[in-house]
Amino acid sequence: MKQMDFRKPALALLAAATGLAVLATPALAARDPEYAAARKSGQVGEKMDGYLGIVGAETADLRRVVSKINILRRDNYTTRAQAQGATLEEYAFTQGCILILRTVPGEKYQAPNGSWLTRTSAPPQRHVQCP
Amino acid sequence: MQERSFETTRIMARLPLLMAGMLALGGCITVNAPEEPIVIELNINIRQEVIYRLASDVRENIDENPDIF
Repeated sequence: MKQMDFRKPALALLAAATGLAVLATPALAARDPEYAAARKSGQVGEKMDGYLGIVGAETADLRRVVSKINILRRDNYTTRAQAQGATLEEYAFTQGCILILRTVPGEKYQAPNGSWLTRTSAPPQRHVQCP
Repeated sequence: MQERSFETTRIMARLPLLMAGMLALGGCITVNAPEEPIVIELNINIRQEVIYRLASDVRENIDENPDIF
């Protein structure tokens, strides 16, 4: 009986949380769980050039996750750069600036000197040409 | 004849002006030839302008494609 009493509210909470998550992101797909986990653990980080990079030791799994996202990003940047009358590099660089700005504490990003830094609550160190 | 002399007078009247102009130009010749850095700065300014213009579009891009960012 005791176990039942514990499970019911837990299940209700879980259902409510799922419902909220669905409401918060209607039609948009969220990050792939594998990618989200690699980001959170600091195994991958945001580079200055607008692409993902592997921080520390490379593994086949990390390479797969990173290259999958980077191919999608490159396609996306190419289309949007063309629409904006900019070069791929200009678009990717600008995207990188904003992606680094939007990292959350604990995530990794590339500093202007090329080293990997962990984001804190302080503003990230960004390239002088960032908007 | 009358027409010709009128024309000559007009040219004569302009002579001091012309000479003054030539003198002024002569004074400008001391300017040094520009060097390379000017070109490099111009390139940076053009890129910078593009980057600032793109800032709003890249923000929208994150909202529109949360799965790849």
